[in-house]
Amino acid sequence: MIDFGRYAFDIWLSYGLSATLIGGLVIWSLAEARTMRRRLREREE
Amino acid sequence: MTARRSIWDLANPRRFMGWSGAALPWAWTLATLLSATGLTWGLFFTPEDFRMGHSVKIIYVHVPSAFLAINAWMMMLVASLIWLVRRHHVSALAARAAAPVGLVMTAVALATGAIWGKPMWGTYWAFDPRLTSFLILFLFYLGYVALWQAIENPDAAADLTSILCLVGSVFALLSRYAAQFWSQGLHQGASLSLDAQENISDVFWFPLVLTMAGFVALFVALVLLRTRTHIRRRRLHSLSLKARLA
Repeated sequence: MIDFGRYAFDIWLSYGLSATLIGGLVIWSLAEARTMRRRLREREE
Repeated sequence: MTARRSIWDLANPRRFMGWSGAALPWAWTLATLLSATGLTWGLFFTPEDFRMGHSVKIIYVHVPSAFLAINAWMMMLVASLIWLVRRHHVSALAARAAAPVGLVMTAVALATGAIWGKPMWGTYWAFDPRLTSFLILFLFYLGYVALWQAIENPDAAADLTSILCLVGSVFALLSRYAAQFWSQGLHQGASLSLDAQENISDVFWFPLVLTMAGFVALFVALVLLRTRTHIRRRRLHSLSLKARLA
């Protein structure tokens, strides 16, 4: 693993926080899309 | 005789569902490939900056998120204007779909900026013009999302949020140009510029541009996906109303 020296904590915190927020948004959007698709299919059947 | 086709046909909900369904896998693939390559390159294969040391690595998440935070609002502004002028429902729904993406990108830009600010400026936060205008933009995003949630009538919600979007555009533009307007702020000038003197070094520039392209593709994928969800929600709502009236 590359050594980021005294900035290691700042760098990993930035990347971890970004991954959590953006990853959370992607997962939420995909889950919402899947639920809505299923509900509409059920209604139209 | 063939009917004349216009770009507005693409905003027809049925047509939109067709072409966006075909475009989505491409947008996801591009987003994954470009972001993964840009971030890996930037994080592991670029040198230290002579002034900022390894902390410069934060640029690869900070700049693309800040870029999208401003431009997501600009996209919402265009979609809102289309709604106000032409009453295309898909454009109002696209603006609504983009808001949570812009909100998250603004939060990422503010958080990574604060984390980066501590070792560089000695403080997490200062009421610097660019930082403050970004904070106000974040509050506008929150207000915009809340307004959509608060109003039951979708057309009234689209009207009011479009007006809010017009007002918020001032702060989106201010966030973009604040560093040029006021030179006394802590924040540095633009990292990417047409002026070669202002631009960052090529060794940081290439992975940064790649990551930004990846974030733009991610934005496109998320907006298409979320707009499709809103179209389905509206269809479900109208089917429920019909069933209730029958």
